[in-house]
Order: sequence, then C-alpha cells, then structure tokens
Amino acid sequence: MLEIRNLHARVGEKPILQGIDITVPDGEIHAIMGPNGSGKSTLAYVLSGREDFAVTDGSVTFDGVDLLTMAPEERAQAGLFLAFQAPVELPGVGNANFLRTALNAIRRARGEAEMDAATFLKLARAEAKRLHMPDDMLKRNVNVGFSGGEKKRNEVLQMAILRPRLAILDETDSGLDIDALRIVGDGVNALRSATFSALVITHHQRLLDHIVPDRVHVLVDGRILRSGGPDLARALEAQGYAQVIAEAA
Amino acid sequence: MSAALETLDSVRAITEGGYKWGFSTDIDMDVAPKGLNEDTIRLISARKQEPAWLLEWRLRAFTAWQGMQEPHWAMLHYPPIDYQDAHYYAAPKKKVGPQSLDEVDPELLRMYEKLGIPLKERAILAGVEPRNIAVDAVFDSVSVATTFRETLAKSGVIFCPISEAVRDHPELVQKYLGSVVPPSDNFFAALNSAVFTDGSFVFIPRGVACPMELSTYFRINARNTGQFERTLIIAEEGASVSYLEGCTAPMRDENQLHAAVVELVALDDARIKYSTVQNWYPGNAEGLGGIYNFVTKRGICRGARSKISWTQVETGSAITWKYPSCILAGEGSVGEFYSVAVTNNCQQADTGTKMIHIGRNTTSTIVSKGISAGRSNNTYRGLVRVMPKAAGARNHTQCDSLLIGDKCGAHTVPYIESRNATAKVEHEATTSKIAEDQLFYCRQRGLSQEDAVGLIVNGFCRDVLKELPMEFAVEAQKLLAVSLEGSVG
Repeated sequence: MLEIRNLHARVGEKPILQGIDITVPDGEIHAIMGPNGSGKSTLAYVLSGREDFAVTDGSVTFDGVDLLTMAPEERAQAGLFLAFQAPVELPGVGNANFLRTALNAIRRARGEAEMDAATFLKLARAEAKRLHMPDDMLKRNVNVGFSGGEKKRNEVLQMAILRPRLAILDETDSGLDIDALRIVGDGVNALRSATFSALVITHHQRLLDHIVPDRVHVLVDGRILRSGGPDLARALEAQGYAQVIAEAA
Repeated sequence: MSAALETLDSVRAITEGGYKWGFSTDIDMDVAPKGLNEDTIRLISARKQEPAWLLEWRLRAFTAWQGMQEPHWAMLHYPPIDYQDAHYYAAPKKKVGPQSLDEVDPELLRMYEKLGIPLKERAILAGVEPRNIAVDAVFDSVSVATTFRETLAKSGVIFCPISEAVRDHPELVQKYLGSVVPPSDNFFAALNSAVFTDGSFVFIPRGVACPMELSTYFRINARNTGQFERTLIIAEEGASVSYLEGCTAPMRDENQLHAAVVELVALDDARIKYSTVQNWYPGNAEGLGGIYNFVTKRGICRGARSKISWTQVETGSAITWKYPSCILAGEGSVGEFYSVAVTNNCQQADTGTKMIHIGRNTTSTIVSKGISAGRSNNTYRGLVRVMPKAAGARNHTQCDSLLIGDKCGAHTVPYIESRNATAKVEHEATTSKIAEDQLFYCRQRGLSQEDAVGLIVNGFCRDVLKELPMEFAVEAQKLLAVSLEGSVG
C-alpha cells in the first residue's frame, strides 16, 4: 500500500508538487493523467528517490515505512520499480548481466539466495518471449542502439523479471505503436495480483484501454484536481483537460 | 547530496582509507651505497657474476645515459629526480635457493601471505595445489623462487631470471638483448641498461606453443631502491606464448623510481601476448609518495604473419610514462594494444602506444580506455607511423575517456604519420562523464552507488578486459573496483 499525503516538492526554487494525496491499495492500478508540465514525471522521480528534487512537505509511506528517507536502491529493494520515460544507455554493460546484477542485488537485500546464471537466463528468455522481444536483446548492451519502442519494452521486461510490489510507469506508452502498446499492456496485466500495484502515468487514454485502471487521478499544476473511475479517463479524452480544469475551478 | 558529489567523495575516501597492499617486510638487505657511477655498475655486474661482455654493454649504456636529457614532453609534472640519491642494488642477504622452500626467508613467505592476492603463489611456492601458471616471483632484485621449470623445460621452453639466462644461455641473451630497445634508445632505457638487476627471460623454440600462461610478480621492497627490471621474450617461428605481469607495492613516503625495459621478439608466425596489471602504490590522497613508473616496452614482429598483443590495466603509480609499442616489420604482421588506465587523486598517467608499420599488409589495433577521477590527469599519447614500403597497412584506433567528477583531466594526443598512400588509418575518440542519470538508473534497479559505478566503469572497459587472460580479468575487475568504487556512498 502506497500512501502519499500532502506531498510538496520543488526543483531548485521552483515548486512543482503542491500538496498531493493519493492512496494506492494493494492490488490496484491507478492512472495519473495531466497536461505537460503538471508534475507527473516529478512525482515519479520523487517517489523513486531522485536527488534533483527537494521534498518540502508531506509524507509518503510504502507498506507503512517512510519512503522518503530511503536511498533509491533501498526503495528498489523494497519493491518499487520505475519504468523510465527515457531509459538511459549503459555502454559495455550487457542487458542480461545488468538485469541479473539488479535481481541479485534485490535478492541479497531481502536475504534471499542469488540466482545462478543458468536459471536466470531461462527466466529472462521466457519473459522476453512473452514480450515478443528477440533473444539478442538480452545480449545487447543496456538500451544501446535500441529503438524508442525497444527501450520501453526493455523497461517492461525488467519489471517482469524484478517483480516489483509497486510499479510506476512514466509515459511508457509514448512512442509506442499500436502493437507495441498492446504488448506492453499485456506485460503489465500479466503482473496483476493482490500483491502488485501500479501508478500508470500517461497523457493519453489509449494505454488505459489495455491497462484498465481502478482509479484515475488528474494532475494539474502540481495538484490532484479530480479523481474517479476509468470513466474519468474517457471523459478527459473526449472533453480535454481544459474542461476538467474549468469544472474543478 | 548529488550523485556526482557522492562519487567524488567516495573516490576521495578510497585512498584516504589507505593502500591495502602497503607494508614493508623486514629482511636483511645487502644494499649498494647510494649513487650512480661506473663503480656502481661494476658492483652490480660483479655481484651477479656477469661475463665481461655484459659489463661492457652496461658501461656503454651508462656513457650514453650521461649524455642524455631526461625527457619532459609528456604531460607529467614532478619534482626533479636526484639520480645520485638512490641505491641501485639491493639483494636479500640470506641465500635463498629457488629449489627448496625451506631456504626461503619466513618473512618473505609472510609477505606473500599479507599480499592476499588470489593467485595462490603461496600454494605454488609451498609446493601444494599446482596449477597451470608458472610463477617467477621477483623479490626486489633477486629472483627467489621459480616453479614449473621442469614442465616448461620438457617442451623446450626457457623461463628463468634474466641473470640466470646470462649464465646458462649467453648466446641467446647476447643475440637479442637490446635488439628491440637499444641501450641508447631513450633516457630511461639507457638507465635501465646500465643498472638492470633482474627480470625474466623467456624463450619459446620453433613450433612450440607454451604449455602454460607465464606470470611474474614484481615487488618493490627495499627502501629507496630503484627497480630496474629487464625482461626479454623471444618466440621463434610458429611459437606462441602468453605472458602475465602483475604488481603490488609496499607503502612508503619517498617517491620510488622504476624504469623497466621489456623487449619482445616474434619471428615468422609467432604470437606473443603480454598482459599487465599494474597496481603500484599511487601515493596518498595529497599526492605524497608513490611510484614513478618510466617504462619502455617494445616488441618487434620480425617475422611474416607474426603477432604481438599488449594488454595493460594500469591503476597504480604516482607517475606513469609508458608506451608499449610494436614494430611491424614482417609482412602481414599484427600489432595490438589494449589499455585501461585509471588515475585518481593526484595520479598522472601519460600512456599509449606506438605502431610502426614497416612491412606490407601490416595491421594494428589500438583500444585505449582512460578513466580519470579526483584531481588526476590522464593522457593517451599514441603514434601510428606507416613507412613508405608498408603498402596496404591498416590501423584502427579507438580512444575513449571517462571522467568522474569535475576536477580531473583527460587528454588525447594522437600522432599519425602515413608515408604510403595505400594505408588506411582510422582514429575514433570519445570523452564522456559518468552521468547522474546512468547512476540513478542503476540504483533504481537496486544496485548500490558503488556497484553502479563499478558496473558502468567495467562496461566502459569491457573491450579491453575481455582481452585479458581469465586469471587476470577477475583481478583487474577487482582492481578497478578498489581504484574507483571502493567506498562509494
């Protein structure tokens, strides 16, 4: 369970998040929609511990533990996963090697035994196949020379292998064609369970056709203006943000 | 704190935490008086019971050296070296035979123990758990133990201290010594030629593939004693050998001069692979102390289709001046240089290679990875020279620099001289910083900051590390870890 209470954050002197309250119970998927510059990605970064943002007020707990005092890797080890909007390239670092290193870092932190290379490769190949990714993407260097769509799919592959408790998908749909969108949607839906929850950040309703959210939150100027069921996303698509903003005002 | 700041911080903490291999053993030394003159050279030669020709050779080198100037073209800054204020010969007083371990000074064995490097020298020296690595351990100037000699002898391979080769195989030594690096080649090579005390000699006869990796571990131990190693490797027609060299050194305050010379000779179809992991004391965080490493390494591909490959991982020394080179004389011969050079704190490295294309259809590959952290400076300096007769010569150079923090420097100084229109010479160079978003990406996946730095640095160096023999690749990765990521966070 993720509880965000009155969260304020700024970058430099500029306030971005201005009092956010969201509760994501276990097993639920919540969508966060909003226009450009509303603070969606900032929220993703603040939750995952990026240091460029200063939290000035409020609290975030994850399974009752104060998330904001934890280092980024501790949050990851606790089960928080961020699918990046712009995944970075790691030259010379093999994708499979990177993933296994990450998986074992998380397993070690949880006091679990490390996974050997053979078992890992079997797992990785199976997950890659489910995401319609060719095997050689495991051998290539992390995101190096990947197309935009391949990078996004690689994020979903990592998520599938690391099995987070809470996934934050930051505009994972941007730059994806319709087929890739469906594959990514299937990838997320496959993880759905009573112990998996997600925050899906998106501009568009179309991803939510594939990943049907339990709740939709509309983020404007660093505040949640409205929350509602899946219908809200469709209303937004039909009427635009301006209408919703006007109604809330 | 930003990730970059934390990285800087931790990088700083590494050397302040102390040099892991810094200690000094207390063995009764037989030390020559300070100073360098003809008498010093005569003393060295006499102690080593050398033949007259070698003494003459040394004296000629000394005369040449006296007329030479210390070179200052490299991007290196250090106080003047007083060559008269050092000892040029030190040997353990107790007679230790290379055959029986009972004769080895217990202090020496304890030193190997303290070294703790995962190389099982102690086991090998103790005669247990033999494995396919021959170790010729050089302790200061005198070789104290040599193993696997018999296995090698069966295949006709000679692997012994060079002083022994002078005694037992004078015709080979006389034929090849100085044939690649002439005594008057440069200031430091001349100095080495005058006063070298020991090193390794390897001879692989025609058609023989050396049955094991050869390795030598150099130690600098005597206080204020310059180390002047001399290594000579000859691979006859169709022969092949892989030679590994690795070093750690005790901590001390004085700068220690090290001027080694390595010569490689490859005849027709011969292959020599020479790998180095260098981890001498780099000095403390303020730049006090550390080894001055002025090395001349050069190989000649004398025969057709011969190949010489240099791989080096340089993480230690306060000053590194080193350009392992290939003279590609034989038609179709191949030269390779793979290098990782790490500088941290106040370390300075000016390193690279020279590829001299003389024969037709000769090819060379240069892959250089420089990593700078702290306030260090790291320079790649490389020469690719294509001579008029080297039709069809090809070179590819890849030269990458990685910066950690904003107080260090990376410099690339390539020299390309082509005197044959059919030659193809390519040079690619990149400079990058470990980016905040790379570190954050790794940490978001559960890696600690130090593991993230290690992963990124090892990825950066992968093209070089994969050239190392297995035994060294593991050690090299650890070394990179110790040099850069040790106590991050």
